[in-house]
Amino acid sequence: MAIKLEIPTALRPFTGKQASVEFEAATVGEALKTLTTTYGDLRKHLYNDDGKLRSFVNIYVNDEDIRYLEKENTAIKDGDTISIVPSIAGGR
Amino acid sequence: MPIVTGTTAVPDVERKLSKEEIQRYSRHLIMPEVGMEGQLKLAKAKVLMIGAGGLGAPLGLYLAAAGVGRLGIVDFDVVDFTNLQRQITFSTRDVGRPKIEAAKERLAGMNPTIRIDTYETRLTSDNALELFRDYDIIVDGTDNFPTRYLVNDACVLLDKPNVYGSIFRFEGQVTVFHYPGGPCYRCLYPEPPPPGLVPSCAEGGVLGVLPGIVGALQAMETIKLILGIGEPLAGRLLLFDALAMRFRELRLRKNPDCPVCGDHRTINKLIDYEEFCGIRGEEVVPDMAGIPEITPRDLKARLDKGDDLFILDVREPHEYQICNLNGHLIPLGELPARVSELDSAREIVAHCRSGVRSGKAVEFLQQAGFRKIWNLKGGILAWSDEVDPSVPKY
Repeated sequence: MAIKLEIPTALRPFTGKQASVEFEAATVGEALKTLTTTYGDLRKHLYNDDGKLRSFVNIYVNDEDIRYLEKENTAIKDGDTISIVPSIAGGR
Repeated sequence: MPIVTGTTAVPDVERKLSKEEIQRYSRHLIMPEVGMEGQLKLAKAKVLMIGAGGLGAPLGLYLAAAGVGRLGIVDFDVVDFTNLQRQITFSTRDVGRPKIEAAKERLAGMNPTIRIDTYETRLTSDNALELFRDYDIIVDGTDNFPTRYLVNDACVLLDKPNVYGSIFRFEGQVTVFHYPGGPCYRCLYPEPPPPGLVPSCAEGGVLGVLPGIVGALQAMETIKLILGIGEPLAGRLLLFDALAMRFRELRLRKNPDCPVCGDHRTINKLIDYEEFCGIRGEEVVPDMAGIPEITPRDLKARLDKGDDLFILDVREPHEYQICNLNGHLIPLGELPARVSELDSAREIVAHCRSGVRSGKAVEFLQQAGFRKIWNLKGGILAWSDEVDPSVPKY
């Protein structure tokens, strides 16, 4: 299944400045694993030391938060978009 | 559920628009969605803006222009030259003035019919509830995680909507938190990132127009809430990507386990937000213990003596173009791969903008076996302050 992963500005330095990447994956967890294997420096920004997704980084499949789906086991289908949306605080 | 309740001091019937006000708000009044009724709602509304910076600039201008009857502004900062690229409420002659003073003057000049209350203070757990209590809507235009969690919790505790906007480089997020029954900031992000992981605008930069767009969106949502028209941006997170010029919308759900607005609340009063965000006191600067340092003055003295010092600049090429000390440029990220360009027999002074990145470079080079290496204390900013003021600061 070809799915698109949207990379936020803050994490683009770790994906060779790419705003989105495409992978084959059947679940969100698989897609993120492929992503963090391909771009190793991204790992610590998405996962904590226990291998859990960090609580200031949300993952969406299309417009839905995976916390309200099957989390990392959420199945994805061809054409789905996974978005990584980290917390940002700038305002001045 | 009405967001704006009329003030008790001025009953609804007594507030009438003057002839001058009718002219001023003519373009509102001729729209049935606003009309006289809507304009009077605006006149009676009380909105508190947290921050008079990048987001606060368009916010303040539009809310004042629209005739929001009482506008509160909380900020403790002073206008500086780096603000002028985006904070369009300020003029060059305002540099050095308190932001709230310059903002009040500008907004009152534009609309003398509204009341502007300024609070020159840092928003804290001790003053937030008292400050918020008088207002109907809180608009969050701050620039740091502790204040954002503080604003959120105070809004939930007092049951007030929080019109939220945040920006990073080319990207913005906008939503209305704690709209009656809706999700709050903690529902979206239960915890902040650890300090240092996400760069601030000061470190990461921001395109000047971005806060203009995001702040204007916040102003629009605020005015819609006051008028009670349209569909509020609640339960939806609007993402804006300026480079792609694309708006996207994500679903934002109320978290039943949210510690502040969920079913089993564990936060019933304001907490220590610096501690919650892992920041204690002023110790945001990474630990420099064990890293040998040289002050700009000492470096200058040694260079003047003709000592053979190798200056290593670990900033990025675009920063080198702004100003440099004629050093050898190897960005921090490339250092491991380019360490062979350095001669460990020579004395090396590493520098960056403020001394943090070069501290990491010195640490790395020490581990790689370099012994005669120093970090320039305070970076090129300190060099400009203490040695050569002709070097521009950025």
